[in-house]
Amino acid sequence: MAEQKEFQTFSVNFGPQHPAAHGVLRLLLDLDGEVVERADPHIGFLHRGTEKLLEHKTYLQGVPYFDRLDYMSPMAEEYSWVLAVERLLGIQAPERAQYIRVIFAELTRMLNHLLFLGAHGLDVGAMTMFIYAFREREEIFDMYEAVCGARIHAAYFRPGGVAVDLPEGLAERILAFTDSFPSKIDEYETLLTGNRIWKQRLVDIGVATAAEALDMGFAGPMLRGSGVAWDLRKSEPYDVYDRLDFDIPVGKNGDCYDRYLVRVDELRQSNRIIRQCLEQMKPGPVRYESCKISPPRRQEMQSGMESLIHHFKLFSEGFQAPAGEVYVATESPKGEFGVYLISHGGNKPYRVKIRAAGFNHLQAVKRMALGHMLADVTTLVGSVDIVFGEIDR
Amino acid sequence: MTQEKLDRLEQLITDRLPELARERLADALIVRVTPETLVATMTRLRDDPELNFTQMVDLTGVHYPQREKPLEVVYQLLSVHKNHRLRVKLAVDEQTPVPSVIDVWWCADWFERETYEMFGILFSGHPDLRRLLTDYDFEGYPLRKDFPLSGLTEVRYDPAQRRVIRQSLQMVHPNREPYQANPS
Repeated sequence: MAEQKEFQTFSVNFGPQHPAAHGVLRLLLDLDGEVVERADPHIGFLHRGTEKLLEHKTYLQGVPYFDRLDYMSPMAEEYSWVLAVERLLGIQAPERAQYIRVIFAELTRMLNHLLFLGAHGLDVGAMTMFIYAFREREEIFDMYEAVCGARIHAAYFRPGGVAVDLPEGLAERILAFTDSFPSKIDEYETLLTGNRIWKQRLVDIGVATAAEALDMGFAGPMLRGSGVAWDLRKSEPYDVYDRLDFDIPVGKNGDCYDRYLVRVDELRQSNRIIRQCLEQMKPGPVRYESCKISPPRRQEMQSGMESLIHHFKLFSEGFQAPAGEVYVATESPKGEFGVYLISHGGNKPYRVKIRAAGFNHLQAVKRMALGHMLADVTTLVGSVDIVFGEIDR
Repeated sequence: MTQEKLDRLEQLITDRLPELARERLADALIVRVTPETLVATMTRLRDDPELNFTQMVDLTGVHYPQREKPLEVVYQLLSVHKNHRLRVKLAVDEQTPVPSVIDVWWCADWFERETYEMFGILFSGHPDLRRLLTDYDFEGYPLRKDFPLSGLTEVRYDPAQRRVIRQSLQMVHPNREPYQANPS
């Protein structure tokens, strides 16, 4: 017979323009036949230098930049920033503001996980899921719009509370939404959880054991999918999370299917949290009542000179923060979203480092993809739930 | 972290690693290491069952131009089983390489690449120290304090050459800094 030719690996560019790349991921894959031998993600196509920009902005001007990091869960990113600034200033938001922030952080978690379900389903071939998920996302976006006027880039949280109180009727609307939402989750589960094709595509793909998950720096649902019960809302409770009753869903095998199950269960837990917040919430102030941190009310400004001066100072120079450094992490939908803030005094931070959860998760793709088929890489990229705004910063 | 937890952690560090310089903040504990002792210290922090820092959450650099050793590497460590955190700091100058901790925590890979490209801190023993976030032919270390916010070059399409070119930046209006620059 003719001599056998030795096969060489074959390189494929997955992205930067690829519908399953979730943005601008360039994934260089070396394939042996259809099996991945080496994966090298190239990132940075969405790098905007947020950390450098924040060094030149006042603390208040920094808030909108955080919406643009993980643009699929905007308010969850603002949360870390405002908590970091609050801790630096040594102030605490009033109770009602804390409840409102928790409500919107959990609504944001729903937004994110719904996008995950929709996009992940679409990647793997379950097209209906995308339409279903966007039906509920639309309702949550309407709540965003009601509270701050913007549908995605909210800029609603403030150091010391939130910008304004909930408008009239919104609390009832959120409550009505949480009444019907669990039945919607059941709908998603009838579509996917027992679905034979869905399981064939997801089970045993991208397995990470608990030790590997820790080594690879996983956080959030990725870590919990591998069986480590770690949730910052429980272990380092911030705001009013210590008064709320919810469970931490944990996976067993650490594959894509377990991560999916964890996220679906988190949707139910978020729903529980929001209902409890709405029950416990009492009327009261929603921002730190000091004219050195929060802007004066319009009425005061029109009658008092001092308020006018405060307003001018606050929106031009901003407030001064004491020297010091803090690292604050919150449980964002994708995992630990941390802000390491160094201040040398003055109105601007000296250095800000944003620790994005997706950064580690995408990095792990190059290890988890090895030995899998090309088609499974799509499942894997979908399952790690990446958004390039936060990875590239 | 609560004060009791910080007290306990400080006591543990004093017992196990007495040679480290410590600094206690209101809500964090910082230890300082040198490039020579870095990897050995980190391995002990990870493997000691009481300390148990199985996760490196973050690795970053900070630039202090006035200092004798102007660059600082900051590691944020976390133990998910003991639920405590530790901040490890390491001061270097521009020439001294920092040993890579990639063998201690696998996830250090991209963090070190990013710190290298943003600050020019060299990591010895890193298998693949390339730029990560900036453009493939980018020059300079953007997060250093002497790097201007606007950058040094701009990219535009040149109709004469019929291709995209990179040229040095010319700004008609310089960046506005209405209030005092950052005190350093």
